[in-house]
Amino acid sequence: MSVERDVMEYDVVVVGAGPAGLSAACRLKQKAAEAGQELSVCVVEKGSEVGAHILSGAVFEPRALNELFPDWKEKGAPLKTPVKRDDIYFFTSAEKGFKMPGLFVPKTMHNEGNYIISLANLCRWLGQQAEDLGCEIYPGFAAQTAIIEDGVVKGITVGDMGVTREGEHKPDYTPGMELRAKYTIFAEGCRGHIGKQLIAQYGLDKNADPQHYGIGLKEIWTVDPSKFEPGLVVHGAGWPLDLVGTSALGGSFLYHLEDNTVYVGLIVDLSYSNPYLSPFDEFQRFKQHPVIRQYLEGGTRVAYGARAICKGGLNSMPDMAFPGGVLAGCDLGTMNFAKIKGSHTAMKSGMIAAEAVAEALIAGADGSARLDGYATKFKASWLYDELYRSRNFGPIMHKFGSLIGGAINWIEQNIFGGKFPWTFHDLKPDHKTLKPAAESQKIDYPKPDGKISFDKLSSVFLSSTNHEEDQPVHLQLKDPSIPIAQNLPMYDEPAQRYCPAGVYEVVGEGSDKRFQINAQNCVHCKTCDIKDPAQNINWVAPEGGGGPNYANM
Amino acid sequence: MKALVSVKRVVDYNVRIQVKPDGSGVVTDGVKHSMNPFDEIAMEEAVRLKEKGTVTEIVAVTIGGAKNEETLRTALAFGADRAIHIKDDGEIQPLTAAKALAAAVKKEDAKLFLCGKQAIDDDANQTGQMVASLLDIAQATFASKVEIDGEKAVVTREVDAGLEVLEVDLPAVITTDLRLNEPRYLKLPDIMKAKKKPIETVSLADLGVTAGAGVKTTKTAPPPSRSKGIMVKTTDELVEALKGKGLL
Ligand SMILES: Cc1cc2nc3c(=O)[nH]c(=O)nc-3n(C[C@H](O)[C@H](O)[C@H](O)COP(=O)(O)OP(=O)(O)OC[C@H]3O[C@@H](n4cnc5c(N)ncnc54)[C@H](O)[C@@H]3O)c2cc1C
Ligand SMILES: Cc1cc2nc3c(=O)[nH]c(=O)nc-3n(C[C@H](O)[C@H](O)[C@H](O)COP(=O)(O)OP(=O)(O)OC[C@H]3O[C@@H](n4cnc5c(N)ncnc54)[C@H](O)[C@@H]3O)c2cc1C
Ligand code: SF4
Repeated sequence: MSVERDVMEYDVVVVGAGPAGLSAACRLKQKAAEAGQELSVCVVEKGSEVGAHILSGAVFEPRALNELFPDWKEKGAPLKTPVKRDDIYFFTSAEKGFKMPGLFVPKTMHNEGNYIISLANLCRWLGQQAEDLGCEIYPGFAAQTAIIEDGVVKGITVGDMGVTREGEHKPDYTPGMELRAKYTIFAEGCRGHIGKQLIAQYGLDKNADPQHYGIGLKEIWTVDPSKFEPGLVVHGAGWPLDLVGTSALGGSFLYHLEDNTVYVGLIVDLSYSNPYLSPFDEFQRFKQHPVIRQYLEGGTRVAYGARAICKGGLNSMPDMAFPGGVLAGCDLGTMNFAKIKGSHTAMKSGMIAAEAVAEALIAGADGSARLDGYATKFKASWLYDELYRSRNFGPIMHKFGSLIGGAINWIEQNIFGGKFPWTFHDLKPDHKTLKPAAESQKIDYPKPDGKISFDKLSSVFLSSTNHEEDQPVHLQLKDPSIPIAQNLPMYDEPAQRYCPAGVYEVVGEGSDKRFQINAQNCVHCKTCDIKDPAQNINWVAPEGGGGPNYANM
Repeated sequence: MKALVSVKRVVDYNVRIQVKPDGSGVVTDGVKHSMNPFDEIAMEEAVRLKEKGTVTEIVAVTIGGAKNEETLRTALAFGADRAIHIKDDGEIQPLTAAKALAAAVKKEDAKLFLCGKQAIDDDANQTGQMVASLLDIAQATFASKVEIDGEKAVVTREVDAGLEVLEVDLPAVITTDLRLNEPRYLKLPDIMKAKKKPIETVSLADLGVTAGAGVKTTKTAPPPSRSKGIMVKTTDELVEALKGKGLL
C-alpha cells in the first residue's frame, strides 16, 4: 500500500536529540556561519520533548563542551556540581565491602574537573543553543526508516500516526513525513534501530568485534539533608554481581548532586550467563547494601528508568560512514567504558561528524559519496586516542572478572598510559552467553521492603512512560512462536526478567501458555533487542512522543 | 467571526507531580510542560468552527514567560492564524489572567472567547467566568457541544441530571469540557508552518492591567500516602474488617 507523504528537504537531517545529535546540529551551524553559508539542519527526536528519553549517570567530563561552547558558563549550561570526592568500593557480600585506597584507583576513574549533572537537562540546554543557532528541532517525531535509493541514504521517513493495533487507519491517520537530506546523521544512542539496519545493510561491522552491552538502571532520590554531600561520587564493583567470577559483571554508582538529590544506579553487563538473573532485582537488592543504604534511608525515591549502554569501545566500532550518512555517538559505539562515560565522547563524535559533513557540503558535495573525511578526522582526534587507551578494559573484565581485571587495568592505565602493546578481544555476542535454564540456578530475590527496594510496576510508574494504547505493538517478534516454543523450555524465557519495565510476561497454564507483550510499559532501553537469545525481538519506534517522560535523568 | 482562544502552559499531564521539600510549590524545573489539555480542546473546537466556515480568524493568547512561546507555536500548529504573547515572568493569578484576556478580547474585538473550563495545574475553574463578567457578556461553561447559529451560540453542558442546552448571545465566553471533542494529532508539516506564523508580544501594562496578588499560597503539601491495604478472603472477614474500622 503506497501512501502520499509530505516531503521536506534539508541539507542535513539529524536523528536523535541526545548529546551526539545536538552537538552535531550546533557544530553544523557554527561551521556554516564561519564559512558565511547557509546550511539547513533538522533534528527529529522520538521523545515527547528533548531530554524525555535521556538517561545517564552522569559524571560529565566537559572536554567536548569546552570546545563546542567555550562560553558555556556564561550561557548558563546546567553544570552545577563539581565532583569533590571519589570513592571506589569493592563489595564482597551483601554486608561487606572495602574502599579502594586512592593510590590504586586507575587513572581513568579520576574525576577532578568533572561535574555531576543531569544529562537530560544538559540536552535541553543544548537543544536551546541549537535552536538559537537556527536548527529546527521536532520532538515527538520518531524516524522510522532510512530512505535508501540506489544504495544512497537520502533521509528518513517519520513514523505514521493514527494506526490501530491491527494496522488499520484511524480517522485521524497521518502518514509520516519524508525528511530528505544530502547527509543524514544517525545519533539514536545505544542500539539505534535504524543504525542497526544500516550496519547490517552496508556491512559496516565486518571488520569489528561484536558490540557488547550493559543495561543501566537508575533511580533519583531526595535524601535526608544530613546524609547529603554535594559532589560525592561513589563507584562500586562486586556484590550483587561477581567480583572474582565472570558470569555476571557490572558496576554501581551513587552520585550526590544539588538540592539533596542523589542518583543511584547499577549497570549489569548483558554478557551474563544465568537466564534467571534479573537486572531489576539485582538493582533493588544492591540498594540494601549498608554502604548504599546509609544514604537512602529516610529519603524518597522520585524517579526510575533504564537504558542500555554500548561498551565494546574501539574494537567493536563499525565503519562510521556510508553513502549519504554517518553514525555518531552511541549509535556508533563511542562510549568509553573504562570511565563509564559516553556523553563527552558522543558529543565529540557528533562534532567531528558535523565538521566532515559541513566541509563536504560547503565544497558542494551532494551526499552521494561516502564521507571518508569523518574517519580521518576521528583518527586524528583526542577521541580516538582516548578510546584507544581504553580498548582493552571490557575484554579484560570479561576474561578476568572485576577484581583481577581491575588490577590488570590499573597496570595498563597507570603504568602503560593505556597503551599495552597488545589488544584483547571478546568475540562472543551478548545474546549467545546464556546457559540453559536446566544448568542454571534459580535466584531467590528478596521481597521489596517498599522503603529502599520496590517492585517493578511501582518503579515503571515513576518513569512516567506512556504510549497511545491502540497502535501496532512496537516490539515485533520475527517468529511469534519462539518465546513459548523455544525460549521458555530452554531459558525459562528470560525476557520476563531482563526487561526492566515488566513488558514481557508468560501467562496461562500448561498448554495454554502464551507470551504477553505489555508494550505501553516500555521505557525504550533496547535490552530485549540485544539479549533475546534467538534475536527474535525487533524494537521499532512506536508512535512519536511515546515512551518515558524522564525529567532530570 | 473572530475567535480568541487562551492557551496556558502547564506541567504535562503525564508528569508525576512532586512537591518541593520546603512546601513552597511543586517542582517545575526540568519538568515537561505542555498546553493545558482543556485548552487543546478549545483550540480544536475553534479550528473545527473555522473549517465549517463559522469562524474566520483564530487568535491564540497566552500569558507568561519566554517559554510560553512553545505553547503558542503548538496553538499555531493546531491552526491558529496568529498569536499574542502577553509576556510576564511573575505569578499570574486567575483574576490577572482574566483581566488581561478580557483586554485582549476587547482589543481584538473577538466575537467568541474559548478557553478550558479549568487548568490542570491550579484547577481554579475561574478564568472563563471572570472574563465574561469583566466584559459583561454571556457565558456558557463546561461545554460538551457547541453550535453557532448566526448571532447565537447553542451550547450543551453535561450536568448531573443529564444534558442542559443553553443559548447565549454573542459575543460570549465558552469554556470547554473533556467530551467536547478529541484534539487532532499535530502534523509535522503544520508544526513546520507554525514556526513562520506571527506572534505579537505585549506586556500586561500595554493592556492596562497591573498584576495583583489577591491570593497567597501559604503551603503546598503532597497528599498523605495511602497506607497498605489488607486482603480479605471471605465476606465475613470483610464485614469484620469494616466493623473494626467503625465503618459498619
Ligand atoms: C546508567 C547509565 C549511566 C551512565 N553514566 C554516564 C556517566 O556518568 N558519564 C557519561 O559521560 N556517560 C554516562 N553514560 C553514557 C551516556 O549516557 C551515553 O553514552 C550518551 O547518552 C550517548 O549519547 P548519544 O547522543 O549517543 O545517545 P542518547 O543519549 O541515547 O540519545 C539518543 C537520542 O536519540 C533519540 N532517538 C533514538 N532513536 C530515534 C529515532 N529513531 N527517531 C528519533 N529519535 C530517536 C532518543 O530518544 C534519544 O533522545 C551512562 C549511561 C547509562 C545508561
Ligand atoms: C474533572 C472533574 C471531575 C469531577 N468529578 C465529579 C464527580 O465524579 N462527582 C461529583 O459529584 N462531582 C464531580 N466534580 C465536580 C462537579 O462537576 C462540579 O464541578 C461541582 O458540583 C461544582 O459545580 P459548579 O461548577 O456548577 O460550581 P459553581 O457554580 O462554581 O459553584 C461553586 C459553589 O458555589 C455554591 N453555589 C453555587 N450556586 C449556588 C446556589 N444557587 N445556592 C447555594 N450555593 C451555591 C456551591 O457551594 C457550589 O459548590 C468534578 C469536577 C471536575 C473538574
Ligand atoms: S520492552 Fe525491551 S526496550 Fe522496552 S523496556 Fe523492556 S527490554 Fe527495554
